[in-house]
Amino acid sequence: MSALALPPEASTIAAHVDHLLYAVVGVTAAVTLAIFATIIAFAIRYRAGSAAPRAEDVPAAQARARRRVEAAWTLVPLALFVAAFAWGARVYVERALPPSDATQLFVVAKQWTWKLQHPGGQREIDELHVARGQPVELVMTSEDVIHSFYVPAFRLKQDVLPGRYTQMWFTATETGRFHLFCAEYCGTDHSRMRGDIVVMEPEDFARWLEGHRGASGMAAQGEVLFREYGCSGCHATQPSAQPGANASVHAPSLAGLYGRPVPLADGSVVKADERYLRDSILLPDKEVAAGYEAIMPSFAGRIGEDEILELIVYIESLSDTKGRPQ
Amino acid sequence: MTEAVRAGDGGVLGERGELALHPPASYLEEGFTIRSWLTTRDHKRIAILYALSITLFFFIGGAAATLIRIELATPNGDLVSADTYNKLFTMHGVIMVWFFLIPSIPATLGNFLVPLMIGARDLAFPRLNLASWYIYVAGASFTVAAMILGGVDTGWTFYAPFSTLYSNTHVVWVLAGVFVVGFSSILTGLNFIVTIHTMRAPGLTWFRLPLFVWAQYATSAILVLATPVLAMTLVLVAVERLGGIGIFDPALGGDPLLFQHLFWFYSHPAVYIMVLPAMGVVSEIVACFARNPVFGYRTMAYAIIAIAMLGFLVWGHHMFVSGQSLYAGTVFSLLSFFVALPSAIKVFNWTATLWHGRITYEAPMLYALGFVGLFTIGGMTGLILAVLALDVHLTDTYFVVAHFHYIMVGGAVSAYLGGIHFWWPKITGRLYSDRWARFAAILLFFGFNATFFPQYLLGIAGMPRRYHEYAPEFQTLNVLSSGGAVLLALGYLLPLVYLSWSLVRGARAPANPWDATGLEWRTASPPPKRNFAAVPVVEGPPYAYRPSPAGIVRAREGTA
Repeated sequence: MSALALPPEASTIAAHVDHLLYAVVGVTAAVTLAIFATIIAFAIRYRAGSAAPRAEDVPAAQARARRRVEAAWTLVPLALFVAAFAWGARVYVERALPPSDATQLFVVAKQWTWKLQHPGGQREIDELHVARGQPVELVMTSEDVIHSFYVPAFRLKQDVLPGRYTQMWFTATETGRFHLFCAEYCGTDHSRMRGDIVVMEPEDFARWLEGHRGASGMAAQGEVLFREYGCSGCHATQPSAQPGANASVHAPSLAGLYGRPVPLADGSVVKADERYLRDSILLPDKEVAAGYEAIMPSFAGRIGEDEILELIVYIESLSDTKGRPQ
Repeated sequence: MTEAVRAGDGGVLGERGELALHPPASYLEEGFTIRSWLTTRDHKRIAILYALSITLFFFIGGAAATLIRIELATPNGDLVSADTYNKLFTMHGVIMVWFFLIPSIPATLGNFLVPLMIGARDLAFPRLNLASWYIYVAGASFTVAAMILGGVDTGWTFYAPFSTLYSNTHVVWVLAGVFVVGFSSILTGLNFIVTIHTMRAPGLTWFRLPLFVWAQYATSAILVLATPVLAMTLVLVAVERLGGIGIFDPALGGDPLLFQHLFWFYSHPAVYIMVLPAMGVVSEIVACFARNPVFGYRTMAYAIIAIAMLGFLVWGHHMFVSGQSLYAGTVFSLLSFFVALPSAIKVFNWTATLWHGRITYEAPMLYALGFVGLFTIGGMTGLILAVLALDVHLTDTYFVVAHFHYIMVGGAVSAYLGGIHFWWPKITGRLYSDRWARFAAILLFFGFNATFFPQYLLGIAGMPRRYHEYAPEFQTLNVLSSGGAVLLALGYLLPLVYLSWSLVRGARAPANPWDATGLEWRTASPPPKRNFAAVPVVEGPPYAYRPSPAGIVRAREGTA
């Protein structure tokens, strides 16, 4: 363990967090000790019966000095607070915005395991292999209660909620095995909902991916589901192609959809991101694309979280650009 | 006004404030039957009823904590099962928060002292006051029923959808208990607000009020405004759990973050329900034993109000990694720093109150100084948690556990005990052993730090909270913490012994054993049923310790 009992520093953001932590702990500890030293000094000097001068012996001119002291101990902390806030917010925002070249990985939490899937279709339970130096974005959801994906060595934590996607990204900087903890209480075996993040050299990781290749990648699996659930009956997937082979229904084409702004029937515009695609599958009446009738059936209760993710990866694969912010 | 006596007027009050005339029977002698206690409308007796009830719950909650600390001495779950462990920390939290800390200072010291400090004969609504206690007992009964039926495993935070759909325990019983006890809080708050507005003695203007009364007033406002939100939220959890109506569970079309927003909208201000009264107590004690007026009295009063108001605007800092928006997180972080400012100013003012004082160190002062130290550490680590990027690493770890225990146990409980020791002679008419009390105060201070300081390090090292089993590298710090808990437990048991002993063998207390300035010291110890022989008149600001009041020598006989 390093200073302050910190765990190893294994992500790009961990170093930024630690600098901030040392600075904030340093200043708060110094101020705390200064307060304690003052209390102890006063406690000794002004104990009953000591010879120290008392207020009634001191000229009343000190009223102005008092006001100055009060102003100082209000404004100086305020300035420090604003500085700490701004620094903390900067790193917080950095943590929230993944770089555009990040690889997307998918996390489905359930009581009390972590299910992880690579775009190539490799599936893992309670273990995640990543390459050192490669930015990774996790798209996470839960099948039941709220969990929290916590990797102390990365100084990162993000709650994982049922019914929506939350994101977190990191670039690992050290190879090795690092704790993955569930940090949001989730029932009986919450404390056993642990795993490992295994950071490998890029070439080792490539070998690992090769050795664990599934039958097909997530997009290919999604394509199979796309037919099995009948999506292809209505939605086109090729640019400028006819709607689905048996097109009896008028439905938006999914080619190039991901990342694009979508005008809605109510006049607003949303971005076709993971959230939009997920909601469109489960709550199709919520955001109806402009020019289309709200006739798509909901798949809520008929489709698993992993399957939705595979469908999304498939729909993403129909776009040239990944269409990320920035 | 003709029957009013002037404070300090030697005609009716003796040298040290005892009533010179033959005193009327004390409130304790107004009736000795159980019935006389259970039907009393005297605010002082109701305070005693509350004190006994919350003491019982403090030790029940403490027993759960003891088992938790024993379990955590090893990384494996070898004492209790995972489910039992989860029920233990849930009951520890529920009991300590709603059945001990929230009522602690307001319902006991506040009930006893607010009328005395403002020169009133009772609270504005004595029947309502008794009803509050019965409502507390009803809420407590539901909670005890849940424990007897097998317990609850949701955590005191009842996060949905775990609490609404997934927990198989007696959630609704505890929801009912907390829902019901909330009304007791609301009614107590209402009673204090009306009392402080309408029943102050002649001459007792707002800026002559003791800070303890200011703190009770601000706390009451929070109780009245925030508790209904909690009640409503708990009802919604029950509705979803029992009726399957989708409010928080996304599977039913609900939003789990909505629960967190509503819950923390109450539960963050609830922290100030626990801490503001503690600040009030400490202001009284520090001024008295430093023989100095509270430094910056008006600033202190304004700081209390500022904390109460800003406290309503920072709930989102519990949710920096919950999935709330980046912008929301940023705004809540900034606001959290603003609420820290008045708290910091209060610490500086207590420190400055010592300046040029004539300080003595009886037990209440040691508890009060312990409060200042532990509250400062708790507050500083709160600042660390308000820094967004640091909270991402530290939230839901033992760092947070340590932080709120420093505030709520190191802070609020130390102040509560300090207040009990300060006003014990007034409440019971007896003096306790100051030597034992000072020993307990020191033991508590060190025991507390030994228990909870290692938990800051555990949190920085990355140990999540609510873990029944943990990774082996966390064991050393856990063993230190559990070892400290032994000292802490002794520190909490000691007062039970020597304070009980004082009831039997303690010397009789004079009216004003500390030579303090508040109106409560200008009547007999213990006070008569109607509090004052004649309504006192107030002619000056509080804390007139300088120049020292008549009889500069402190009456200390029997307290050493």
